[in-house]
Amino acid sequence: MNVVTLSQLQFAATGMFHWIFVPLTLGLSIMTAWMETKYVTTGDEMWLRMTKFWGKLFLINFALGVVTGITMEFQFGLNWSEYSRFVGDIFGAPLAIEATVAFFLESVFIGVWIFGWNKLSKKVHALSIWLTAIASNVSALVILLANAWMQKPVGYVIRNGRAEMSDFGAVLTNSYGWIKFTHTALSGYALAAFLIMGVSAWHLLRNNESDFFTRSFRMAAVWAFVASMGVAFTGDLHAVVISEHQPAKFAAMESQWETKKGAGMHLLLVPDAAHERNSLELLYIPNVLSLLAHHDPNAQITGMKTVPADLRPPVLPTFLSFRVMVGLGTFMILASLVGIILSRKADFTDSRLFLKIMVFAIPAPYIAQQLGWLVSELGRQPWIVYGVMKTADAVSKSISTTQVALSLLGFTVLYGVLGAIDIYLLVKYAKKGPDKDLTSIINVQGRA
Amino acid sequence: MDISVFQIIWFVLWGVLWAVYFMLDGFVFGSGFMATFLAKNDTEKRVLINTVGPVWDGNEVWLVTAGGATFAAFPTTYALMFSNLYSALVLLLFALIVRGVSFEFRAKIDSPVWRRSWDMAIMVSSFLPALLFGVAFGNIFKGIPMKNDFAAINFSYDGTLIGLLNPYGLLTGVLFVLLFAVHGSLYAAIKTTGDLRKRSEEMSNKLWIPLLVVAVAFLGYTYPATKLYDNFFKAPVFLLIPVIAVVSLILVKVFIAKSSFHKAFLFSCLTIVFVVFTGVTGLFPNLIPSSIDPASNLTIFNSSSSLLTLKIMTVVAGIFVPIVICYKIWVYRLFRGRVSDGDVLENPDAY
Repeated sequence: MNVVTLSQLQFAATGMFHWIFVPLTLGLSIMTAWMETKYVTTGDEMWLRMTKFWGKLFLINFALGVVTGITMEFQFGLNWSEYSRFVGDIFGAPLAIEATVAFFLESVFIGVWIFGWNKLSKKVHALSIWLTAIASNVSALVILLANAWMQKPVGYVIRNGRAEMSDFGAVLTNSYGWIKFTHTALSGYALAAFLIMGVSAWHLLRNNESDFFTRSFRMAAVWAFVASMGVAFTGDLHAVVISEHQPAKFAAMESQWETKKGAGMHLLLVPDAAHERNSLELLYIPNVLSLLAHHDPNAQITGMKTVPADLRPPVLPTFLSFRVMVGLGTFMILASLVGIILSRKADFTDSRLFLKIMVFAIPAPYIAQQLGWLVSELGRQPWIVYGVMKTADAVSKSISTTQVALSLLGFTVLYGVLGAIDIYLLVKYAKKGPDKDLTSIINVQGRA
Repeated sequence: MDISVFQIIWFVLWGVLWAVYFMLDGFVFGSGFMATFLAKNDTEKRVLINTVGPVWDGNEVWLVTAGGATFAAFPTTYALMFSNLYSALVLLLFALIVRGVSFEFRAKIDSPVWRRSWDMAIMVSSFLPALLFGVAFGNIFKGIPMKNDFAAINFSYDGTLIGLLNPYGLLTGVLFVLLFAVHGSLYAAIKTTGDLRKRSEEMSNKLWIPLLVVAVAFLGYTYPATKLYDNFFKAPVFLLIPVIAVVSLILVKVFIAKSSFHKAFLFSCLTIVFVVFTGVTGLFPNLIPSSIDPASNLTIFNSSSSLLTLKIMTVVAGIFVPIVICYKIWVYRLFRGRVSDGDVLENPDAY
């Protein structure tokens, strides 16, 4: 393997690992803030116990999200220095702004929240988790605007041998980025809600703290349903921007080879990239692809055959990732809807089969998110900046295969160990359940 | 305004970001790798971790900001610095990752073996960045073996990881380690109580002499090893910067002797900031000089962003950096008290 492939593998591995922790941070921070706000406004101690319990899981997850993010920033310089030099004028600004505007806020107020229970009034303490939650989400917005620039470059001119900023407003208002952010953030909220539902279901199956976990489940089910519907809606908008600006990515997502007006979709197909066709096509629904891509049943869909062979993304993994992601998203909408209905019933804890399904559904949004990134990044290949710079031209020139192989090995081992520990701790504290002893929490809070 | 004005503004900000980062993360590193010598039991170790608990994360963001600012304002320097120093910086990253999670993980399982393992992890992952940052900056002061043709956009690097471990690089590494060791001990002295406080006070006193010796050696060796002094000879008024660094270092000792540890810590902060300023002033207008070809130096003029980007970044920094400083001061005031054994034993949220 050469430096380019190894660097791609390393970026994918470290990015996907980072993304195990970020979506839960995005969602659970807001939900924890919501619970604490409920406690402050109602004075109901159950909300405080919920804040403490789900907040603890949030914190165990948070630490790895933060430290693995630094890797992402450094890697642009480490492995992709030609890219960094070429686009730094326009791509560096969002990264610096993210650190100054959002990352500081998030990192400072998470410390205030953890250690401020007995030093702040209830309201200011709740404010600190809101600031953390808002900052995490702003962080994600700015980073996704930067990523969106790689997908749909705007507001730049090629000058002095690099891409230079010509319109900062265009970078900030890039529709691709805003759609991507809402799609991604909402899926993070859904993921957090599914975690709460899954952990609650596990306890409800064992009759632990039924009141606590039924209430948690009910709240999460509503969040999960609203968020999953939002994910589907923004996903639809996303498909339109992709088909417009990245026709090759769209063709790969759908494994569409022929350019066609009023194109339909096969529910079941097997791509055969070598022969530029699908080896199996079943269950055809007419016009639906044109409708999805352009919101017009007769619109023209660009087929992969019109894209030169050396500019095509890998069809099979992009297609499969997209299909499975959509499938999981559909499952999430249905499962959360059933969750809303069942959890309102008095005999909710008797729905054992459903509760079991929800425990096993915890990984579903995680997998969907990882697949989403694969669609996004694999589908952009061979470009690093769509239509502007190839990935192969972006890699650092001063690094050797051995260096990258060793660092990739190091990341794999280190992240493997830390990830295993983190998941072990999450499971341990999730199973432990909320603190029984309310007095210690109240005492701490009471000192304010 | 001319682009060079903004290039100079960002050079100054670049120096300030690094200086503030080392001042703030310096005591986290220092108390991290000195914990083995300062804390005698598990509770004392927890006390030390909890003194940095509320602030370490926010302190580390200065590094992310320094990196991001380099990327945005001097992208060519960002690209070449990180890729040329690849192996050293990957090691640094590993250490920073381990340090960050070890605070969170250590308290989560109540087992002596588990905790001792994380104590070891904290020590190594705090010591290594202190040393590596020093080595990296020593080599940046000295220049690294790179050949850059800016017109043809052709860059090459001829160094190795072992090559960075030259005498001057190592000396700067030792200087950073000792600066942070004293800094971290002083932080522990003003943030803890009882025996731990006493040991920390004594440790800062004991380490001051070796720090002074290494600092003098560093200032002396800098003359033959680097071109940093050229700027000071050209404009002697800037000699004030190293003078403040040296005076601050001496005042650290003066206030330790008077048992005014808060003041000693304050001057330790100033020492670190002005040591960094000394190096950065000497570098100007270079960000990273080349050790083999002066035309290959990465300067603020040949590696900067466009005027528009620099202007946008100046506006953003002008608005948000003061806000950040305000809430950081508020947080330090909020957690200004000492942390006692009782605090960590009673508080269910303590690390």
